[in-house]
Amino acid sequence: MEGEIVALIGSNGAGKSTLLMTICGNPHAKAGEILYNNRDITRLSTYEIIRSGISHAPEGRRIFPHMTVLENLQIGARDKECFNREVDRIFTLFPRLKERMHQQGGTMSGGEQQMLALARALISRPRLLLLDEPSLGLAPLLVKQIFKAIREINETEKISILLVEQNAYHALHLAHRGFVLVNGIITLTGTGEELLNNPEIRAAYLEGGR
Amino acid sequence: MIQRQKQNNFNKELKDALLTALITFALTVLLFGVRTVQQPGKLGIETRWSWVILSVIAAFFGRLFFVFCTGLINNKGSYFQGVADNITKIGGTVKILTTVILVLTAILLPLLPFSDRYVIDIATLVLTYIMLGWGLNIVVGLAGLLDLGYVAFYAVGSYSFALLAHYHDLSFWVCLPFAGLFAAMFGVILGFPVLRLRGDYLAIVTLGFGEIIRVILLNWYQFTGGPDGISGIPRPAFFGLEFKRIPPEGTASFHTFFSIEYSSLHRIIFLYYLILLMAFITNLFVIRLRKLPIGRAWEALREDETACRSIGINPTNTKLTAFALGAMFAGFAGSFFASRQGFISPESFTFTESAIILAIVVLGGMGSQIGVVIASIVLIGATEFFRELEEFRMLVFGALMVAIMIWKPKGLISHRAPTVRLHT
Repeated sequence: MEGEIVALIGSNGAGKSTLLMTICGNPHAKAGEILYNNRDITRLSTYEIIRSGISHAPEGRRIFPHMTVLENLQIGARDKECFNREVDRIFTLFPRLKERMHQQGGTMSGGEQQMLALARALISRPRLLLLDEPSLGLAPLLVKQIFKAIREINETEKISILLVEQNAYHALHLAHRGFVLVNGIITLTGTGEELLNNPEIRAAYLEGGR
Repeated sequence: MIQRQKQNNFNKELKDALLTALITFALTVLLFGVRTVQQPGKLGIETRWSWVILSVIAAFFGRLFFVFCTGLINNKGSYFQGVADNITKIGGTVKILTTVILVLTAILLPLLPFSDRYVIDIATLVLTYIMLGWGLNIVVGLAGLLDLGYVAFYAVGSYSFALLAHYHDLSFWVCLPFAGLFAAMFGVILGFPVLRLRGDYLAIVTLGFGEIIRVILLNWYQFTGGPDGISGIPRPAFFGLEFKRIPPEGTASFHTFFSIEYSSLHRIIFLYYLILLMAFITNLFVIRLRKLPIGRAWEALREDETACRSIGINPTNTKLTAFALGAMFAGFAGSFFASRQGFISPESFTFTESAIILAIVVLGGMGSQIGVVIASIVLIGATEFFRELEEFRMLVFGALMVAIMIWKPKGLISHRAPTVRLHT
């Protein structure tokens, strides 16, 4: 599990985003428990969960539109030492953000905003990154770029990633393992490759979905 | 073709002005047109149709002129907008220059030739509102929590000083920190129940809170003196030197210590410098806070609360500190107010005060420090300046507000300065 990319795919309303939100304790799970590093985090409040090393890049990017790129990053970093230490790493990962560092978040293009959302989640050096639809509303070329960045993050920094995607094709290509969620229940599991070649998956999520 | 277009536009403008005149007629026909008068033995009616006609004509031509100037209907780019944009484009040097001029004027004001007692009094009042505006700027401008009951903290600060002085004979300087502390405490008390609320709902609850404080002060007669208020509040002393003509036996007064002629102006000037100092400290504090993680967390909270949670900001603490710190500055300003007036009653802490302070923050441009200064000077200073107009003074106040909203719909200073720069 550690260092893996896990993709969670499913149709609209399957409960993918809800699952990610629940892992972050917003809202809290009503039943069952959530384990992270063998520690029960079900009842912790959102900020405690985030501080224990899980980062969440929520759906729709949700960057702070009136704040500059640097300010967005600094909020993600939470303290000054972390910011000063990590900002160069972020800028090598996303050179585009360096060019735009004094620009207001809201005035950037969708792809740049998504990069910023990723960067903001990464700057606190999480062990686990929860990504909610990083390809949402982006042009195909930009989607490729974003997924390339995700792979890089995973390979160079060994950060585990839980990826929620509509874009099943890209997600499964990237992922080591995949889960298919239907109405809140996991119906299929397998490696990314297995799922990609599974005829049911092909029919439901890939063909025509591309 | 163009001729036709112009004709068309003019028709539109004319129609718009006629409509405005019609609305004015509907409003004024009863408000201005008829008036009840006391006649011997009965109540009579007097008609003033000339007033109605005058206001309708004024509205018609006023609107026509306004539409003509702003291009509101034709969307041909507003004339006023252009002016406003030019004002916004003032560069960094101009901004620094403005600040320096404002600060210098503020420091040198009592020495300037035209400064008499009246001018300094108005300046003191304006500075009080500036300080309150800066305090409220934390809550509304930075943290984005719409607070309509800010005057409650002002009242708590005033009353904690007045009551401590009344019951325990403590001086202004001893009470000042307590006043801030009590107000901050009330800020947290208000903050707790409203943590989940946002926007309109928050505004309603804070409005209610402001009224609760006022009503308690009004009705707790044994303790606060109710509507009679508290009088004989001690004046602040200058390093232990009081501003009295005849100092009590064995103590020195300001003028005897420096062996100068007694003048009642000394205290006025001292109060002016006191509030100037307090306002400066508030300003420095808020500017500094904005660059700290907590300040950035406030601004992030204003922008997107959900995103804040997902990057590990604790919204509870963030909101409570905003309420507490904002309230603290109102508390300081409140105890200054009590000390300056020497008498306070719940009358001074009505909703109107909250509304004025909020108006200063909003019109100044949410989150802008210098905007608050300009808005205070314009709103408070100008309305005081037009005091001779008596009840029509509020018309000036309203007209100023409308003018600012037309020219600068986002507030006087809507530019937001970034808080981080990379040292490269």
